[in-house]
Amino acid sequence: MPVGAASWSFTEDDFGAIKQALERFLTDCNARCALLVDRTGQLVATVGDRPDFDPTAFATLTAADFSANDQLAKLIGENEFNSLFHQGEKESMYLADIARRVILVVLFDNRTTLGLVRLKMKAAVQELTQLFHDVFSRGSSASMPNILAGAEDEIDKLFQ
Amino acid sequence: MSMINYASREINCKIVYYGPGLGGKTTNLEVVYGKVQPDTRGKLISLATETERTLFFDFLPVDLGTIRGFKTRFHLYTVPGQVYYNASRKLILKGVDGIVFVGDSQVERLEANQEAMQNLYDNMAEYGYDLTKMPFVIQYNKRDLPNAAPIRDLQAALNPGWEVTDAAKMRVAADPAHPGENLVEQLPTGEWIERAPYYEAVAVNGDGVFDTLRGVSKLVLKSLA
Repeated sequence: MPVGAASWSFTEDDFGAIKQALERFLTDCNARCALLVDRTGQLVATVGDRPDFDPTAFATLTAADFSANDQLAKLIGENEFNSLFHQGEKESMYLADIARRVILVVLFDNRTTLGLVRLKMKAAVQELTQLFHDVFSRGSSASMPNILAGAEDEIDKLFQ
Repeated sequence: MSMINYASREINCKIVYYGPGLGGKTTNLEVVYGKVQPDTRGKLISLATETERTLFFDFLPVDLGTIRGFKTRFHLYTVPGQVYYNASRKLILKGVDGIVFVGDSQVERLEANQEAMQNLYDNMAEYGYDLTKMPFVIQYNKRDLPNAAPIRDLQAALNPGWEVTDAAKMRVAADPAHPGENLVEQLPTGEWIERAPYYEAVAVNGDGVFDTLRGVSKLVLKSLA
């Protein structure tokens, strides 16, 4: 696959399955909201309370946070930190790696505890890892039509 | 590594502005931020030091329009220009779809430009990306300064061209932005070479900023088509 080609894409079915898994997880751990962000900083999905911050900016910073911590892990001789926890006075966030390509971020307040979030996170990570493995192994190959194929004219028009 | 989201009907692409320190990378993003309609752009995020030197990155998402019902969202990033921050520079390149090299035209900055270009090639190679095979444009910034080097010298130093090995690409391709110049051509020695498209800019005034952005985003979308 040439560099620059769409390396992954997901359908509405994938999206539905991912959303369901996230919603179940949120109810189980009583957290406020969960976001899925890919490692390059793109927001994949959000469930729960609508965030009152800019989710795109949040996604970018999350990916940067995770990659900076990855490098820190390597510096101290660890392969990776597969989860991160940021504690605030009222709001906290817990981040976990999914299939080395996506990051699950959960935002929670004092209506739940870190212990419960961590516990429920394990099962959610497992389920999502499986879902994403399926998405990635399919890639953007034959099963998905390339929506931009033959769109050169339209692309030219966009930039006139 | 672009992402196509069929559920929200979006195509997301990542463009990175690279180049020597104080060359105008952040200024490019600030101009885009200031000039596009507020409803087509997100927040401009800057992770900078107190003296406004980029520490980690600047980030700006912009929508450039709709193709086949899909919104095209471009995530623009800059890297820190200072070599000291190379570790974070490298992180930003992860999953990049298109590169803009912002060169500083001043004669005194030639060496800094060359160092940054070499560093870009090296960092890309570490990820296994080949710069010559992906959307890549060069912007020569600060063209208004009296000590700006002639374009010919900058091209020779930073964009001498790479050898074309694919027989299908061995035909003259004119540079649409510069009449009379070619992006792909045959040297008198018989060798075929390709150069990255270049744009002249005075980013502080906004000149050339959108030409550059249009140039690179078009290449990115065409690489997906």
